Amino acid sequence: MKDLSLHILDIVQNSISAKATFIDIIIEEKPLENSYRLLIKDNGKGIPKEMVDKVTDPYTTSRTTRKVGLGLPLLKMNAERTGGYLKISSEVGKGTEVEAFFVYDNIDRLPIGDIAGVITILVSANPLIEFVYSHQVNDEIYVFDTREIKEALDDVAINDIHIIKYLKEMIHENLLEIKAI
Amino acid sequence: MVKVKSLADLKKIKSELQSKLDLREKSEHPEKIVQVKVAMATCGIASGAKQVMDFMIEEFEKRGIDAVVTQTGCMGYCYAEPTIEVTVPGKEPIVFGYVNIQKADTIIEKYVKNGELVDGIIPVNYETIEKQ
Repeated sequence: MKDLSLHILDIVQNSISAKATFIDIIIEEKPLENSYRLLIKDNGKGIPKEMVDKVTDPYTTSRTTRKVGLGLPLLKMNAERTGGYLKISSEVGKGTEVEAFFVYDNIDRLPIGDIAGVITILVSANPLIEFVYSHQVNDEIYVFDTREIKEALDDVAINDIHIIKYLKEMIHENLLEIKAI
Repeated sequence: MVKVKSLADLKKIKSELQSKLDLREKSEHPEKIVQVKVAMATCGIASGAKQVMDFMIEEFEKRGIDAVVTQTGCMGYCYAEPTIEVTVPGKEPIVFGYVNIQKADTIIEKYVKNGELVDGIIPVNYETIEKQ
């Protein structure tokens, strides 16, 4: 993966496959503490205990279309490259939480990439799932919540082809303001 | 034009666009419009599925074609990523492989608009590893 936003796009697919109806994507950038943290939480079906330790093994996958799964292993590799880590906690029937920690000033920390585009894709491709994306840089925070958006849009679909580009613009502008991109 | 930044801006845009906007019922009858599913598992994303999806959303809007573009998981054609499945109303879904921006453009112009078949179709009888 070329950037962190593509990892997010990829990891969130796991939540979608796990039938999550609510997905929380949190990025916390704390340059002063030299930390960059990505959290993805869902209320999907969860991962059984014996599987949790194995999900970062590329030869572990719950899919049936092919026999390898590289999503989590690649994210783990990129986190560890910076001196960080990947942690997964899950409870069957409750949901899963994936935490990737990156050392902020490490040269191998991936750039964020087109995060506004990724969030927009996720939201428009999965109109029935509620997403909350919050991005914090030092003390400033931007929160994008599809429940608010849907309320504002009222009778218009969140994945309406004319609306999508404005959602992207909205996220982009707000991230610029908090200097997240 | 002023950039959309808040929910209030979004509401304003919505009322300006109202005449053009599809109402929510439309998405409940997807069989009447062109449907595109972009395979977006690790394999697809790593080969550029996001750019293809961005391009298709943008172009359908620009070219005035009624369509929904969504994502799907791995369809098992990792060797041919990015892959997309296109369903034109009244026709069987067709899966195209090795889709880049140029290819996506050809698919919209030739297949979606005129119904002409283009290169790169993955035959439906392809079997995934589990079935063999």
